[in-house]
Amino acid sequence: MKRTRLFTLIALVALLMLPARIVAQELSGYVTAETRAFPSGPLAGEQHKSTGSMVFEPEWYYAWDRGDQTITFVPFLRLDLGDAARTHFDIRELYWQKAARSWEMKAGFAKVFWGVTESQHLVDIINQTDLVEQPDGEDKLGQPMVNFTWIKNWGVVDVFVLPWFRERTFPGRQGRLRGPLPVDTDQADVDRRLDLAARWSHTLGDFDIGVAHFYGTSREPRLLPGLDEAARPVLIPRYDVIHQTSLDVQYTTGAWLWKLETITRSGQDDRFLALTGGFEYTFSNIRNSGIDLGLLTEYLYDGRDKVAFGGRRLSPVPFEDDVFFGARLAFNDVQSTDVLGGVIIDRDTGASAVRVEAHRRLRDQWTADLEFGGFLNTSDEDQLYGLRRDSYLQLGVSYHF
Amino acid sequence: MKANHKLGTYIRRLVFALMILGLTPTLTLAQPSADTTPPSDAATRGLEIVVEADRRDTGFGDLTAEMTMILRNRHGEESTREIRNRTKEVDGDGDKTLIIFDEPRDIKGTAFLNYTHAVGPDEQWLYLPALKRVKRIASNNKSGPFMGSEFAYEDISSQEVEKYTYTYLRDEVLDGVDHFVIERYPVDENSGYTRQVAWYDQAAYRLQKIDFYDRKDDLLKTLTYHDYQQYLDHYWRADRMEMVNHQTGKSTTLLWSNYEFQVGLTDRDFDKNSLKRAR
Repeated sequence: MKRTRLFTLIALVALLMLPARIVAQELSGYVTAETRAFPSGPLAGEQHKSTGSMVFEPEWYYAWDRGDQTITFVPFLRLDLGDAARTHFDIRELYWQKAARSWEMKAGFAKVFWGVTESQHLVDIINQTDLVEQPDGEDKLGQPMVNFTWIKNWGVVDVFVLPWFRERTFPGRQGRLRGPLPVDTDQADVDRRLDLAARWSHTLGDFDIGVAHFYGTSREPRLLPGLDEAARPVLIPRYDVIHQTSLDVQYTTGAWLWKLETITRSGQDDRFLALTGGFEYTFSNIRNSGIDLGLLTEYLYDGRDKVAFGGRRLSPVPFEDDVFFGARLAFNDVQSTDVLGGVIIDRDTGASAVRVEAHRRLRDQWTADLEFGGFLNTSDEDQLYGLRRDSYLQLGVSYHF
Repeated sequence: MKANHKLGTYIRRLVFALMILGLTPTLTLAQPSADTTPPSDAATRGLEIVVEADRRDTGFGDLTAEMTMILRNRHGEESTREIRNRTKEVDGDGDKTLIIFDEPRDIKGTAFLNYTHAVGPDEQWLYLPALKRVKRIASNNKSGPFMGSEFAYEDISSQEVEKYTYTYLRDEVLDGVDHFVIERYPVDENSGYTRQVAWYDQAAYRLQKIDFYDRKDDLLKTLTYHDYQQYLDHYWRADRMEMVNHQTGKSTTLLWSNYEFQVGLTDRDFDKNSLKRAR
């Protein structure tokens, strides 16, 4: 946290010393007020029932050199009433970028997204997951990096040097959506080194392809049983050094999108393979109503070794042999209303993780988001069992400036 | 170099058009009188007019512009979008376009990249700034509304000669000005229209009005072009376009401003990396 504050101070000072011929200078961002309600009582008495929180995420953007050089600064703050561990500050972005004819370069805190699938993002490894934000892991912490990009007609090559490994955030003892044992981040065991990654990506006709390799500290920890200082059982995150090679492909034809992400990783016990693959089919402008309906199906597989868990051997991840069904309804109306729904079902136990999100613009600068997350039909043979009392309903209103 | 490209494209399109019509290279250049034109001559004449209009607009190289889109519902309530557009001509194919949304603020930074192809499906990518994610999307959704407006995706995408077949209908005086009236039929089966009727002014071959007929062949919408300005002493662009939906009573106005031509854009400005940097 201290280093984060130091970087923010440096950023503010640097912003004051920017070159005079600024092409563009913008301040934008949003503020969100959110409430999350849990219909079921928690597993542990110390966990809160419902909560409210606020998010602030402004963005400063400066461009000069005819737009070829830019500095972007995006700090993030969440204040949570129910869980102290969910109140957190982050520098999502604070980077300088230069773009030239056949190369680009970026240095600082930034966010990079790799991937094509919807149910989970296996290949998206550069940024650490800000898991305390949302259980689906879509939110990421800013990652310090130096990134060099070569743009050729046989593809784009990215090379990353990633100093300063960032640990994953987890709900605290008072938090929900954490399973029966809280994660004790104070005892995190990290194998630090300078992380490196490289990726080749290209569009070949209807195919968009990416092949990447990462060598460094795994963003995904192993959670090992332990005790905290008050001798209560906890999970201790252990971050190993890994090699991970990945492939992501999308084939686009007519109303069909065919997607595949697959990784192979070594360094956390034995080498294993994981993949997510499937398709999306869109019915456009149904009966001239303007409404689009997209149907998605994906298969999720994770081949890593099972671990001892509550007297049996289970996969340490929830989606080791699961099927995802989803639908995306876009109304294409003036308010940009859309609804996304999906369920991931375990093929063995039938345990299901459900998520439905609705989004709509209320008036010019205001939007509303409604979200339902459910953990249904859980059994003690599945990692989702620990979340069986944590189904939730969330409403958020945001002001964008 | 540019003249050769222009000529090359023009000749290529003309040859393509002739192949479609199965004609030998002797064109009738006489202006036939309206109602007694035999069908095959009407098709030839129609294509000829459209090819000429296209030729007059070819060679602009690249352009950037800003657009304000005002959406109006049947009660007159308005909603605004602000968009920036950059376009580059591709020799022998459709244009490359990059669109960046500035307003409403919740979608600020969203960007859309389109490689129009004269024949075959377009290639399209969407950039979502919150996730920093570039998604390749299905491009077959031609008939759906763009941003909730009365313009469909096929209405705002780069108009290529090969996307329609044509019939010359008549000459007509509209608002005191002589026009050619052409009927055109979309080639793409995903189109939301059975046909469109287009008015080109005879003086400069500029589109002035289009009537759109839906899949039931009922009149659906009318688009009118206003306040044409000439750029580089050659290329005409309308400052204002009005699309009225006769069936729902809704309308959309497009206001174009800050046109800049031949800015020096290259393919590099239309790749996925530039899509991610789009502001």
